[in-house]
Amino acid sequence: MKKTYILEDLCCPNCAAKVEKEVAKLEGVNGAKLTFLTQKLVLDVADGMEEAVEKAAIALITKLEPDVTVVAK
Amino acid sequence: MSKKLKKRIRKTEIAAVVFLLGLLIKGLEKLGMQIPYSDYIAFGFFFASYLISGIDVIKSAVLNIGHGQLFDETFLMAVASIGAFFVGSFSEAAAVMLFYQVGECFQSYAVGKSRKSITDLMNIRPDVAFVIRDGETVEVDPEEVALGETITIKPGERIPLDAVVLEGTSLIDTMALTGEPVPRRVEPGDEIISGCVNQNGVLTAKVTKNFAESTVTKILDLVENSNERKAPVESFLTKFSKIYTPFVVFTALFIAIVPSIVTGDVAKWVYTALSLLVISCPCAFLVSVPLTFFGGLGATSRAGILVKGGNYLDALGRSEIVVMDKTGTLTKGSFSVQEVILASEETAANEAAQKAQILRKAALLEQYSNHPIAVSIVTAFEAEVGQSVKAASEGTSIEAVQEVAGKGITAVLDGQKVYAGNAGLMSLQGIQIPATVQEGLKGQIGSFVHVAVESTYLGCIRIADEIKDDAKEAVKGLYDEAGIRKIVMLTGDQKDNAEIIARELGIKDYQAELLPGDKVDRVEALLQETSKKGNLIFVGDGINDAPVLARADIGFAMGGIGSDAAIEAADVVIMDDKPSKIAQAIRIARKTVAIANQNSIFAIGVKLAIMVLTILGITSMWAAILADVGVMVLCVLNAMRALKLK
Repeated sequence: MKKTYILEDLCCPNCAAKVEKEVAKLEGVNGAKLTFLTQKLVLDVADGMEEAVEKAAIALITKLEPDVTVVAK
Repeated sequence: MSKKLKKRIRKTEIAAVVFLLGLLIKGLEKLGMQIPYSDYIAFGFFFASYLISGIDVIKSAVLNIGHGQLFDETFLMAVASIGAFFVGSFSEAAAVMLFYQVGECFQSYAVGKSRKSITDLMNIRPDVAFVIRDGETVEVDPEEVALGETITIKPGERIPLDAVVLEGTSLIDTMALTGEPVPRRVEPGDEIISGCVNQNGVLTAKVTKNFAESTVTKILDLVENSNERKAPVESFLTKFSKIYTPFVVFTALFIAIVPSIVTGDVAKWVYTALSLLVISCPCAFLVSVPLTFFGGLGATSRAGILVKGGNYLDALGRSEIVVMDKTGTLTKGSFSVQEVILASEETAANEAAQKAQILRKAALLEQYSNHPIAVSIVTAFEAEVGQSVKAASEGTSIEAVQEVAGKGITAVLDGQKVYAGNAGLMSLQGIQIPATVQEGLKGQIGSFVHVAVESTYLGCIRIADEIKDDAKEAVKGLYDEAGIRKIVMLTGDQKDNAEIIARELGIKDYQAELLPGDKVDRVEALLQETSKKGNLIFVGDGINDAPVLARADIGFAMGGIGSDAAIEAADVVIMDDKPSKIAQAIRIARKTVAIANQNSIFAIGVKLAIMVLTILGITSMWAAILADVGVMVLCVLNAMRALKLK
């Protein structure tokens, strides 16, 4: 299942690449795509894992980039 | 501008002022002024400025070390600046952080601005729909409206779903979707497309597509996803940056150690190494190149040309051959009566009456047929007399209507035998087509319906598909402005018609009488003619030409608005039906690619040059600091030009 999030105040393309790489490693995430310019993170989440993944992803992103606010879309 | 960015700019401004005070002290001292404890005061200012601009960076760097992210830019900046303090270069240390922040703020501002201008452009998502349920108008989310429900749209409102008008007439502003400034008139029976704005009349309409299937949703998805397909240069830079940063860092490390031991001049070589770290951040090209494509995609969207990704912009920039379908692309794709030609010369007054007579007789006969040619005659007649052909037939006895297959129609009108059909029908009846008429038809495109009463030839109606208004300009633009070296027109139409249209438009190559399958073969053959990096564009109306659209390097669908098949199959969708947009798309693509190339070459070039100059000891850390932020600002400004391309 595809889930889309907007990462507000994402600061630079380097950070975007980093977040994309790390989020893709989370359990239950089959694929992650983060486009810096649109601030859009699209996660391909394994069925039934949506809530757990969302929680883990937000925690991870906040750890990596404390300035970023994650908004579910 | 976000609150966080505002705060960051504020901080940077304060840091800049404090930094300047430090520089002022230093400057006054250089001019020979005696200031007590000047070194301490200056250091105080620099250190304060450093803390104001750099504390967040240091914090983030410490956090990143915890995550094992050593090549992170905040870490590199922290090392460069702290190192500078240790070798006694206080002003440089403060400047590293200050200019890093200036660059970051500028980048955030520029990206935010581009992002906003594109989201504004795509601000076509309807928020509400007014649906009529049980006789009452209810306001609901467009997603909750079901197929077949009735909605009303007041003036000034956005059309929420694709629908067909039941009641009311109005002007529809399609600007946001098609880039077309002239509003479109709609009346009952016409289709209206979601995302357009109703201008002046109240419309009641029946929903023909639910929200997920509606045009507005499709277009928004397409535009939003277009940034996910990267141009080759973007992917190259992402890969390059992965090598670039470690390369610079290891070079710096090497320089800090080896020459220091060899020469013994540790302070000098550590300073050189720290200067290298300053330019190790790849952000200038990592931001500016994607930003260029982002802008280019925005510019095409604004013109009503939806390009599905940066990779297609890149491919468009290298297009050489354009293959165009005729019907629906260069011509309007609908038959209409072009002229009525009389058998003999008449006086002006008589001529008009005669022509009206011919059209009337033909229409009364053709109303019994649903062939496109028959329909076009009836439409032309109804438009001329302002009433339906049924009403116009009243009082006239029409008997013995007979369709002669492949030739035309005969009937008895008020006791007179009337014939309307092609030359074959005339010769079957032994009616001569006058030489003057035959002469006049030579070199004309279209189909001809001859009309005769008993054995008297009256005249001929010429029906043809019309060439689009801007087709000629489109071809000229492709040759002259877009630098296309070959244009080929493919058509299933007869050779004579194709030849006339090709000549009229200035197209040198055309192939006629093709079956849909033949078109794929022709495109295959033409693909062989492109150079290794050159591309072939196929332009069709999206109906029946999906295989060709897929086979070409870049497939263009014209008049894609409302046509699902076209939006799916093509790489580029031209929202209105103007062929001149093809050249415009190529032009914007070429400029976008040029800007992206300028940015990558300039950014990489300057960074490498500064690297060499720093190692050779020709330039100081100041040059590295200013070059780093300067490159970023110039590249971002250059990238933003793409947004304004036309």
